[in-house]
Amino acid sequence: MGHQVLSGARRSGLRFRKFVDKALPIILSVAVFIALATLAALLVTVVTWGGHRLSPIIILNYPSANPNEAGMRSAILGSIFTVGLAAVICIPLSIATAIYLVEYSRGGRFSSILSYNISNLAGVPSIIFGVVGLGFLAYWLGMGRTIITGAFTLAILILPLVTVTCVEALKTVPDDLRQGAYALGATTFQVVRHVSLPRALPMMLTGGILGISRALGEAAPILVVSGLLFIREDPTSLFSRFTVMPLQLYNWISRPQPAFIELSSAGIIVLLLILLSLNGAVIGLRQFLTRRLGQL
Amino acid sequence: MTVMASLEELKRGTERRKRTNSFFYFIFLSATLVSTISLIVIFVTLGLESFNFFTHVSVAEFLTHTKWTALFAEKHFGVLPLLNATIITSLIAITVAAPIGVMIALFLSEYASPALRSVVKPAVETLAGIPTVVYGYFALYFITPNILRNLWEGLQIHNALAVGLMIGILIIPIVASISDDAMNAVPLDLRHAAYALGSRKSDVALRVVFPAALSGVSASIILAFARAMGETMIAAIAGGFRSVLTFNVGEAMETMTAYIAQVATGDAPHGTIEYQSLFAVGLFLLLITAVLNYIGIRVVKRWAIKY
Repeated sequence: MGHQVLSGARRSGLRFRKFVDKALPIILSVAVFIALATLAALLVTVVTWGGHRLSPIIILNYPSANPNEAGMRSAILGSIFTVGLAAVICIPLSIATAIYLVEYSRGGRFSSILSYNISNLAGVPSIIFGVVGLGFLAYWLGMGRTIITGAFTLAILILPLVTVTCVEALKTVPDDLRQGAYALGATTFQVVRHVSLPRALPMMLTGGILGISRALGEAAPILVVSGLLFIREDPTSLFSRFTVMPLQLYNWISRPQPAFIELSSAGIIVLLLILLSLNGAVIGLRQFLTRRLGQL
Repeated sequence: MTVMASLEELKRGTERRKRTNSFFYFIFLSATLVSTISLIVIFVTLGLESFNFFTHVSVAEFLTHTKWTALFAEKHFGVLPLLNATIITSLIAITVAAPIGVMIALFLSEYASPALRSVVKPAVETLAGIPTVVYGYFALYFITPNILRNLWEGLQIHNALAVGLMIGILIIPIVASISDDAMNAVPLDLRHAAYALGSRKSDVALRVVFPAALSGVSASIILAFARAMGETMIAAIAGGFRSVLTFNVGEAMETMTAYIAQVATGDAPHGTIEYQSLFAVGLFLLLITAVLNYIGIRVVKRWAIKY
């Protein structure tokens, strides 16, 4: 009797475990489905609400109180100036940092503190960069709430992201090549200049593009640095007041009239298309790289 | 004679190369110092402006008062309502992101074929690449009116629930990709040993891989929580600018980040107490996220099983 009860319980336990074994992949794919369905719903919403509002007006016109004439010309130019300058500041810094960490100081307490601080910087909330950009750059250094302040703020914000990719890029260069060059009497700089950097540069470029697309989507730090402005002129210098695409969108999103919701949907499509083409460039570059590495 | 001359030349060449080398060494070293200097600048700027703020408002009032009315005539600077909103929205977010992210990671590392993985992983990571203003817009104009209002009639247009849910979607890739890395680091031997003992695939996933990867999974959740606390635009767009101490997630509530955005949107003139309050709130937020990030990194180091 007792034996039968036990085996009955064991059998139902087995059945349950068989059931779990069958169900688990399904349950797990539901999680994937939820994430991707949200993404799909978001994209479909944006396109259905804003698709018909897409026209050259949105790129060519200045912002306006009339939603039918409003565009984000000043914001697009502001984004190009600010993010472009941020990239010019950040990418060389990241490459130089990566060279120091990988080629010059291999390990060591000092360099591990420096690389630890890079990951600390990555953990700082993005709006904090804006607050410090405003307090330190705009007021203490007197740079004002201008494009150049925004650019430095964004450059430091994306510095950890780009640096990490540059470090990874240098690490993919086989050590044999370095050893070979050192054996011929090359200095570290010659190894960097002629051996590792040329091979790592294309992958570093993908890091730069990733940084640019991150910076293009950032609204919070620029909101603090520049304020929410209504700008109806092109930026003329690095010391112009400015706005950027995500901020223009924030402005439109904050207005409850349906026409502005449609307008912001159309603006979001433009921003997403730009980000999509940047990501496409990264994917293309990576494929080119793996093909070329395959030939080596 | 000629041999001597060429030796001289060689020596000069070597010295020149050494000089170039050490010159660039200093260039690269100074570039590396930029990150560290930036961190110092961040803390010093926030610290000094906060110091100005705390000459007007006591630290005790800041930390314990239950009213934040910085932009009204009668000013109170109790950070609790803002902190409360930040914690509530982040808790909702992590309640969404932790299970979904961990499940995605298990799916990717244990079940997905390499082909499926190479499609699903970048698709999930796309969620982190969408600008957060877009999520704010989606929360305010789609999630709240079309979904949440059907389930909860009394929901305000601006509410903490939609903010939390949307931040949750945003941080799914953080949980998923760090957990996935941790699960991939679990050696195949462990899986094979479990199969040799007659385990099913689900047993291997849930009782071998998941526990072995637990340190990475916990760290991913802590880091994602820190990211959720720092999220600004979703909270500013969909959460409203109403700094009231409430636990009702159906109401508008202002997070710390949303307050900073609100002050920046208006024109808080340089030197006023509203301006200084940006830095006090910013410093407070930074300290909390720094502690969380530190714990996250420690958890990985402390609990990581060495294989």
